[in-house]
Amino acid sequence: MELEVPRPHPTPTTQPFWDGLAREAVCIQHCDDCQAWVYYPRSRCPRCLSGRLSWHDVAGTGVVHTFSVARQATSPHFVDAVPQLLAIVELDAPCNEVHLTTTLVDIDPDDIAIGLRVVPVYDHGADGVTLLRYRTAE
Amino acid sequence: MGLRGEAAIVGIAEYRPERNFTGTPSFSLEQWADLAAQALDDAGLDARDVNGIACAHDVRESSFFVPATVAEYCGFKVNFAERLDLGGASSVGMVWRAAAAVELGICDVVVGAVVSRPRPVDPVPQPIDPRVFFGASSNEWGSPQAEFEIPYGNLAQNCGYAMIAQRYGEQYGYDPRAIAKLVVDQRTNACANPNAVFFGKPITIDDVLASKMIADPIHMLEIVMPVSGGAAFVVASKDRARRARHRPAFVTGFGEHLTHKTPTYMPNLVETPVGPAARQAFAMAGVAPRDVDCVELYDCYSITALLSIEDSGFCGKGEGMEFVRQHDLSYAGDFPCNTHGGQLGFGQAGLAGGMSHVTEAVRQLRGGVGERQVDGCNTVYVSGTGGVMSEQSALVLQGA
Repeated sequence: MELEVPRPHPTPTTQPFWDGLAREAVCIQHCDDCQAWVYYPRSRCPRCLSGRLSWHDVAGTGVVHTFSVARQATSPHFVDAVPQLLAIVELDAPCNEVHLTTTLVDIDPDDIAIGLRVVPVYDHGADGVTLLRYRTAE
Repeated sequence: MGLRGEAAIVGIAEYRPERNFTGTPSFSLEQWADLAAQALDDAGLDARDVNGIACAHDVRESSFFVPATVAEYCGFKVNFAERLDLGGASSVGMVWRAAAAVELGICDVVVGAVVSRPRPVDPVPQPIDPRVFFGASSNEWGSPQAEFEIPYGNLAQNCGYAMIAQRYGEQYGYDPRAIAKLVVDQRTNACANPNAVFFGKPITIDDVLASKMIADPIHMLEIVMPVSGGAAFVVASKDRARRARHRPAFVTGFGEHLTHKTPTYMPNLVETPVGPAARQAFAMAGVAPRDVDCVELYDCYSITALLSIEDSGFCGKGEGMEFVRQHDLSYAGDFPCNTHGGQLGFGQAGLAGGMSHVTEAVRQLRGGVGERQVDGCNTVYVSGTGGVMSEQSALVLQGA
């Protein structure tokens, strides 16, 4: 059974994040009450539940916080994507409290390591949605 | 704060786990009723005594209104009706909620069951529900997983646990042979439990490390085997417990803690929610980790059990690998852990995998469990884990 890889479907709340990726920027939320950086996008701050969230373009660069190489597809949708190079990336300061899920590209699985410096790769889809992947910094 | 230790598990029932089911398929409701009857019989109680029920989200004929459906099907008239959605932490969560309801005085006999035997084939062919391909992740529009996890392939359990293990290794060091030894010791226990799926199949550290790499650093033999099965318990008041057929397992402490669904958003990937849950459970029971005679730790993966040893307080943070190297975790050892084989050795029958830790704790407290009996067992610690370290729960069970 062929299954298509599921695509994100932005919501009114999350749309600015996806719009940011489409123009090749990482645009995330900041809480104007408790000063937390917020990811993924929400209607309220997960630290203080304030609704005073503003959007800011940030560098988007970061380090690999952890990773795994999936030798077996994580679901039937990804059988053609094995090995999947899944990673959690920690963004650089000041938004280093942000951890995001991504996949690494253009890298040998054996070269992936925690602490590796990575930069955004904007993966523009035919559906108009851009995924945020990462590769090693030059 | 908390329980006074005046409610006890007085009855248990458990289907033997099977990799290939050999019985006749039955509906979830039929399995629920069957296991409830067996557990009540084990307790020496009558179905008409039941005035509370604890269900999970595995009653497949009803996606909602589960307790009412179960009560109606079984003929129970209940003052307490619970339906839990805590994944692998549900079993422990059902037990403490039952005990709390009994101590509140709103009921005195609570039955809980989790069921995962195959169901009969539907006479009206049903289309495949696309949700089955997403496992524990929700692909509904507006779900954070649908938008920020699934499109990247971050779903199911293997990779989440692997990323936690990888991070653990970075911070504290990773000894593949130590974590493989944990699996081997539990397999030793399974080989002393005729009901375990891996009974009669001992393994070595090298076998674990030679098994297929699934998601670095986790090998196939560090992951549970899905099986069919089911289990149930009866929690009753002290007065009822005094007249029970077997030695009661009093619920003297519990804890539960959760902060996230996806590990990406854990405050700290290697400090797991079982820590606060365990501290609460031990404080409530008035016992310390060193007072425990055996532990039944949720072990969907080897790393889950290892982190549960650390974060429950049996050793210091980052000392888990050394702890496993220094201690014999088999039933005959100095730190009896998952004496039934754990889910890694016994098999994981859906939510009944988590219940197997509870039923084994009760058996150890009753005594006479055979070769794997821990001598003088009076205090057992049990943990539960749901999702990818998403929700965790803890119990202290003690003999009278």
